[in-house]
Amino acid sequence: MTTFRIRGARILGGDPTDLLVRDGVVAAVGADADAPGAESVDADGLVALPGLVDLHTHLREPGREDAETVLTGSRAAALGGYTAVCAMANTDPVADTAGVVEQVWRLGREAGLVDVQPIGAVTVGLGGERLAELGAMADSAASVRVFSDDGHCVFDPRLMRRALEYVKAFDGVIAQHAEEPRLTVGAQMHEGVVSARLGLTGWPAVAEESIIARDALLAGHVGARLHICHVSTRGSVDIIRWAKARGVRITAEVTPHHLLLTDTRAESFDPVFKVNPPLRTAEDVEALREALVEGIVDIVATDHAPHTTEDKECEWAYARPGMLGLETALSIVQDVALDRLGWDGIAERMSRTPARIAGLTDHGRDPAPGVPANLTLVDPAARRQVDPGSLASRSRNTPYAGMTLPGRIVATFLRGEATVLDGKVVK
Amino acid sequence: MIHDLLSAADLDADSATLILDTAVEMAAMADRDIKKLPTLRGRTVVNLFYEDSTRTRISFEAAAKRLSADVINFSAKGSSVSKGESLKDTALTLQAMGADAVVVRHQASGAPHRLATWVDGRVINAGDGTHEHPTQALLDAYTLRSRLGGIAGRHVAIVGDVLHSRVARSNVLLLHTLGAKVTLVAPPTLVPVGVSEWNADVSYDFDAVLPSVDAVMMLRVQRERMGEAYFPSAREYSRRYGLDPVRVSRLPEHAIVMHPGPMIRGMEITPEVADSPRSTIVEQVANGVAVRMSVLYHLLGGFK
Repeated sequence: MTTFRIRGARILGGDPTDLLVRDGVVAAVGADADAPGAESVDADGLVALPGLVDLHTHLREPGREDAETVLTGSRAAALGGYTAVCAMANTDPVADTAGVVEQVWRLGREAGLVDVQPIGAVTVGLGGERLAELGAMADSAASVRVFSDDGHCVFDPRLMRRALEYVKAFDGVIAQHAEEPRLTVGAQMHEGVVSARLGLTGWPAVAEESIIARDALLAGHVGARLHICHVSTRGSVDIIRWAKARGVRITAEVTPHHLLLTDTRAESFDPVFKVNPPLRTAEDVEALREALVEGIVDIVATDHAPHTTEDKECEWAYARPGMLGLETALSIVQDVALDRLGWDGIAERMSRTPARIAGLTDHGRDPAPGVPANLTLVDPAARRQVDPGSLASRSRNTPYAGMTLPGRIVATFLRGEATVLDGKVVK
Repeated sequence: MIHDLLSAADLDADSATLILDTAVEMAAMADRDIKKLPTLRGRTVVNLFYEDSTRTRISFEAAAKRLSADVINFSAKGSSVSKGESLKDTALTLQAMGADAVVVRHQASGAPHRLATWVDGRVINAGDGTHEHPTQALLDAYTLRSRLGGIAGRHVAIVGDVLHSRVARSNVLLLHTLGAKVTLVAPPTLVPVGVSEWNADVSYDFDAVLPSVDAVMMLRVQRERMGEAYFPSAREYSRRYGLDPVRVSRLPEHAIVMHPGPMIRGMEITPEVADSPRSTIVEQVANGVAVRMSVLYHLLGGFK
């Protein structure tokens, strides 16, 4: 195992210092961070962060290996500064049994670039009718703690209540895709001024907000943990703020694209901007940024959703919703929130808190002696233009093509092994 | 002149007026023995229709043929499209065959915009989903102008399923460009959220609007909307928003009754009204050919 001496890194943006990475841990920080034969990593001007943790990733394997595999998605994650990703359950077959979650977990280990932590489905086949064997997935080698029917809302209120209650037995959490299905029949984009003009069926904000309100009340009633996926509206922020004030054990995520892009992107009718929940208004974007800074929205999660070219190069209504996110997430958060969050605040929202929600005890820990060496080095001064063709993901559906974004991941370490060096993935 | 006609918003007042003026000349030609101009000889116009619309397709076909263009009709039924070929592959095929213009009708909003990114030829939107139908708006403007003597300052009521209507969207845009005042009349369920940004007033009370309008444009209302709870029953819809002789009697003497077709007699319009001298419904069809000739002429061969 290689020993690394990282020279001159600014931990969480602090003063430059050296780190010694040896035997999977940060062995030393500061003046004594040296060892004979250590490989030197020049981190002059770079910021060291705990390895990022994504609570919401679609790796598409098994089932849609033409869009992404655990390996290609792991490469994208490492290049984005991630050391752990939570793989959503909407694969084919659905990750609703111990067998499937163990398969995904094993594929992640084989790829060896990030820890792939499977999320289990809440209901059998994402059907919304019967609970999947949540306990079996929790007890499996994958030790599933986060359960989600993402892509589908657990709509039946009684089933949602039972799921929230049931996973308390193993400190699990239900991650809800908040979308009232009857209010979003045929929905194509945010319902508002732009949808009215474009003649695309609207996805009203209330369809998200009403489910969040209901589930916050349910979680409070049964004393369970609830996590809200991809919060996208100002009203949702208000409801989550209210629920937290009431003492409900609720956490929430926002995606990078909901922090940057608005529904006016649909004017091109290019489905690369089609996503669920949809891009909202500038007002919503502003409210989400505020909520992230304030901590009402706890974390940034990518909702990295690879899709093949044929599923995107078509009519808007026929395209699948979703965007790539892993390789651009930190840049966007740097762009929209670094001035108010600082690097410590970014580490809190992209590493420590998501690790805590997912129960990943080796992740989300600041680089310090004795801590597992899961960390990433970012060059905040770099600027890069997003080129879909040069992304590591198997798919090309980035909404940021041609945009110039700040920041670049220079190196990432997973348990002391370099997964990215000089901005390139090692395997 | 513009490259493609995807939205009525692509036209400013000058270019819209130019198209309408040219359409007058084109219409005059229909009275000649030989109804044909050599303008587009050697040019290929493809009618790419993903949705059944005999009336619009025939109108475009007649327009292109009267300008001597070669016309290829490409219907989604019985073609490679029904075997699952993508819009992009179809576009590349048309491109390879040298289509100078593609007239596209599609059930998905925005499909013509996508098509325009894949072909070099001109793209004319012949109706896309619930988005727009710009040549319908042009022929409606032509009809209004010929019947009322002008458009600026006139008041037009657009009545019916505004939410799902591409005709309404294009008409609101073009009529505003040409200086008319527009009032949308519909039950609140059939008015889109976000309509406040449109250059149009909204009324839920048809009877209150009638005395002040110069034209009433009725929109088709599909009975299936009942199942989605937009209104309780066809009968109640007709009572509140249908155009019958009693309502027509409250219109100013000179006001005209328009309908883009196909109409549902007994639903949004009674047969007596549809067939009355105030109705321009048949005239609109005839005007459609002249307006589409003008659009093809300006996009493909006319003034540089």
